[in-house]
Amino acid sequence: MIQKRQLELWVGVFVAAGLLALAMLAFRVGNLAAGAVINPYSVQAEFNDIGGLTVRAPVTLAGVRIGRVSAISLDSSNFEAKVTMELDGRYNNIPVDTSASILTAGLLGAQYVALDPGGATQYLKNGSTIQVTQSALVLEKIISQFLFNFASKTGSHKK
Amino acid sequence: MNSLRRLGQFVIDSVEGLGRATLFFLEVLSGSRKLIRRFELVVQQVFSVGVLTLLIILVAGLFVGMVLGLQGYNTLIKFGAADSLGLLVALSLVRELGPVVTALLFAGRAGSALTAEIGLMKATEQLAGMEMMAVNPIERVIAPRLVAGIIAMPLLAALFSAIGVLGGQLIGVGLLGVDSGVFWSQMQSGVSFHEDILNGVIKSMVFGVVVSWIAVFQGYESVPTSEGVSRATNRTVVYSSLAVLALDFIMTALMFK
Repeated sequence: MIQKRQLELWVGVFVAAGLLALAMLAFRVGNLAAGAVINPYSVQAEFNDIGGLTVRAPVTLAGVRIGRVSAISLDSSNFEAKVTMELDGRYNNIPVDTSASILTAGLLGAQYVALDPGGATQYLKNGSTIQVTQSALVLEKIISQFLFNFASKTGSHKK
Repeated sequence: MNSLRRLGQFVIDSVEGLGRATLFFLEVLSGSRKLIRRFELVVQQVFSVGVLTLLIILVAGLFVGMVLGLQGYNTLIKFGAADSLGLLVALSLVRELGPVVTALLFAGRAGSALTAEIGLMKATEQLAGMEMMAVNPIERVIAPRLVAGIIAMPLLAALFSAIGVLGGQLIGVGLLGVDSGVFWSQMQSGVSFHEDILNGVIKSMVFGVVVSWIAVFQGYESVPTSEGVSRATNRTVVYSSLAVLALDFIMTALMFK
């Protein structure tokens, strides 16, 4: 029979290793550390079409991640998608005439919101709305548009 | 007619067994309240169900992660998406393989040992002897084992997933040449703490309850002969494996939409 002290030591090592593994999963594998936005403020933007944008998608400015999408809903008065974003409190000097567009990371990657700063002297604050927006490019629409144009052009050349 | 009667008997027996198992579980739960004062009993059992299962979990996790790395790479490279290898390995492990394979190994390694131990205690009339000495065997023998199983399972599953991710990294980054930064950053952007990791932990806790419950119940109910104990051990492994797989399907359907 194993000694009591040694047994407790082994159990302690086991529990500590298990908790450590859990912490590694949380911080190294998961996005617990990266997902949090530090004292955030929320702004809104309305888009005609958000494509495949999802909640928790990143919000970037000049390619740097400064926040994330916190809610998406439909504004039933004008049938536009209302996207609420939480931005990092450190970046509190983003001009009010900033525009927001929905872009795709890579050709088929996840969609994200990219902000393009304007030149106004007033800044976005908690609850304000971004006025200028550009919708997501939906691949099917572009392809069908292209095919349609292509067909009408080549069709006119035919005898 | 005879087969119909046997079918009916089987159904009645199964339902009765389920009811007995539930009542037994409640009895053990109410008995485990007294364990707070005698926690060293639980510590002892955590050693035998947790620490002694550690080696097989670590080795199995490492190899499962390495196989995921190899297989995932071969499939993903066809779509030019080898960068997502880390995400694939991590999500498969954290959501499914970690809890499920750990629970299956746990049933085979710790569950069968629990059943055999309790069954032999019953066969050699140690449990009856305890009752003679006014010691409640449910509080003294069964409850610490159940609680220890519930504590050990999530820790084992977390260790399995963690070492599996490292195994996947060993193969993906070390052998197949996926970029290390991309491997980890794709993983971090795709794996959500609340949705993936916490749900995996909840799954492994449920499996811990179910496997330990089946193991102690089968041991306690076993026919007190050497054949009865061997049958009970057999049933523990079969029932808990089936229960784990069925519950996993249900929980996956509920958790990940």
